[in-house]
Amino acid sequence: MTTMLRRTSTVVSLLAALSLVAACASSKSGNTSTSKRSVPKIAMATAVGPGEGALNIIVWAGYAEDGSNDKTVDWVHPFEQQTGCKVNAKIGNTSDEMVQLMKTGQYDGVSASGDATLRLVYGGDVAPVNTNLVPNYATVSPFLKNGNWNSVNGQMYGIPHGWGANLLMWDSKKIPTDLDSWGAVFDKSSAYKGKVTAYDSPIYIADAALYLMATQPSLGITDPYSLTPSQLDAAVALLKQQKSNVGEYWSDYTKEVQAFESGTSDVGTTWQVIANLITADKKTTVKTAVPKEGVTGWSDTWMISAHAQHPNCMYKWMNYIISPTVNAQVAEWFGEAPAQTLACQHTVDKSFCDTYHALDSSYAGKIHYWTTPQTQCVNGNGKSDCTDYATWVSKWQEVKG
Amino acid sequence: MARGEGLSIDTRPASADSTPARRGAVSAFFARKRKTQVALLLLPPAWIVVGYLAALVVLLVSAFWTTDTFTGNVIHVYSWENLRSVYTDHLFRTVTLRTIGVALLVTLIDALVAFPMAFYMSVIARPATRRMLVIAVLTPLWASYLVKAYAWRSLLSPTGALTYVTGGHTPGYGLTATVITLAYLWLPYMVIPVYAGFERLPRALLEASADLGAGAGRTIRSVIVPMVFPAIAAGSIFTFSLTLGDYIAVGIVGGKTQLLANVIYGQLVTANDQPLAAALSTVPLLAIVLYLLAMRRTGALENV
Repeated sequence: MTTMLRRTSTVVSLLAALSLVAACASSKSGNTSTSKRSVPKIAMATAVGPGEGALNIIVWAGYAEDGSNDKTVDWVHPFEQQTGCKVNAKIGNTSDEMVQLMKTGQYDGVSASGDATLRLVYGGDVAPVNTNLVPNYATVSPFLKNGNWNSVNGQMYGIPHGWGANLLMWDSKKIPTDLDSWGAVFDKSSAYKGKVTAYDSPIYIADAALYLMATQPSLGITDPYSLTPSQLDAAVALLKQQKSNVGEYWSDYTKEVQAFESGTSDVGTTWQVIANLITADKKTTVKTAVPKEGVTGWSDTWMISAHAQHPNCMYKWMNYIISPTVNAQVAEWFGEAPAQTLACQHTVDKSFCDTYHALDSSYAGKIHYWTTPQTQCVNGNGKSDCTDYATWVSKWQEVKG
Repeated sequence: MARGEGLSIDTRPASADSTPARRGAVSAFFARKRKTQVALLLLPPAWIVVGYLAALVVLLVSAFWTTDTFTGNVIHVYSWENLRSVYTDHLFRTVTLRTIGVALLVTLIDALVAFPMAFYMSVIARPATRRMLVIAVLTPLWASYLVKAYAWRSLLSPTGALTYVTGGHTPGYGLTATVITLAYLWLPYMVIPVYAGFERLPRALLEASADLGAGAGRTIRSVIVPMVFPAIAAGSIFTFSLTLGDYIAVGIVGGKTQLLANVIYGQLVTANDQPLAAALSTVPLLAIVLYLLAMRRTGALENV
């Protein structure tokens, strides 16, 4: 009898809780989204005052070195000495993580890639940037200014930092012949069964799409970020086939460094900075290449938060990081083309800018930069039969199974 | 122990420092301060309501919202879509079944390892050895979770110690490695309740069983297991629920596999879809409630 009573009371309290939930949730339904997006109005800075003493930024690994990885690689401490802004850098491992962190409103700025920038702009998370307050902006490569990933209606939302490509990396001890095709991680990946690695992010679908663009023209892919449902399915099928040969995916750069050094992974997609770290550790030797099918890549932009607590320090940082000497240091450490044209005179390796085609706008135009896929195709063909990023996310989870 | 005392392990020390006189003074203080008494009594239920139930309600409510797929901002429009997709989607079902399978396997392994360990600690070992063993079981809890998980990563790596010892026969990274690592991580949570269960097992019963002609196997089956089973069930609640919520170990040693919590994390951080993540987290919640109800039938919640 007592159990009966107790059970009844449990059911009653559960029902009460559920009705509470329903009451809270059943707010009136409004219109979800308008057809044309508008940018939230956020005030732009008009002057840069003295620093606030601190700076909290979200960065890609390698963008805010303070000498802890390599004693000679340190541009954070000089900045702190010059401005009195104590830098607190939080490493973001994926663009999605960066967007998520920026939404907390606890950071002053971010080094956002093209697949995060517009999400932040339209989400009202970042403020427009007054480029007049950033003197070094004047000499930034012209093809990086007013891009469709870093500006809206002619208003810049950030300061270009640098750009580069996602490369193919392999362990040259285990794979002595040089690779020149992404086929090594897709069609012909069975040769390295269990030793293939891939970037654990939905944006990696674009790498598969790019490979299909070159190898299966009948699919009609023109841009790896503008995929119709059937093209997306083809890319997903390729990734599922790849998965049988994948040992593990990497989402943070330390995991890939460790995986190559321990022999867990032998071939896969990478960033130049990862190859540099592995080379510096001397546990194994790796080589990188730009495969013949072309590459996806990134073009990064320093953006200032709409809720920045230290806006003056952030403006000082944006000007500092693209100053010729510092931009050269970052670019050489990370392995990317600097945004600052004058940086090319300050690199240690004098042919660095040639190697990375830093001043070559036609080369820069060939890289397929990360961007956020949308229903309205991002290749600008005017059609709206493309798959959006949310679909990519579920497809990526499906690939991982 | 009285009914309703819940999952507490009896570790009450012999009241050494609270002499009767001092205890009297403390009671007298509370007897005088009626309001303090009430406030102190209300603290635990208030904590449960505010800190625990309210958080759960907020989570459940947000499962009914949607997000702007582009900016990731939450839109407060009521919809059953998230919950519907969570309970019908093929991928989510596969991952849920895999996760529950891993949780059950980890629980089973821990129970099988903990039973003889606890038996030895409680029944066979001398008091000094017993103390050492209890300390040995508890010490790993002092080390960070990540350190232990990464230790297994290096143990299981292709160039790791296990490869060296076994001549290359390691499971590598994957589901097996995840099960091994999680079973290792949660083992103390199983050993301690089972050890406490053995402590309450009257030794006379073992002797009586032997006197009546039962062998070791028969005594284990008919006397020890039935009496210790509620303790195993209590430990299994820890191992089961901890495994259901884990996503870090599988990220470190799981190779390319994923568990339910990885999918939840993916929806929250990668897709920036908090509502769907909230809807997904009702799955482990439901699994744990069902498991608790099942364990209640064994008496695990009342006897430990």
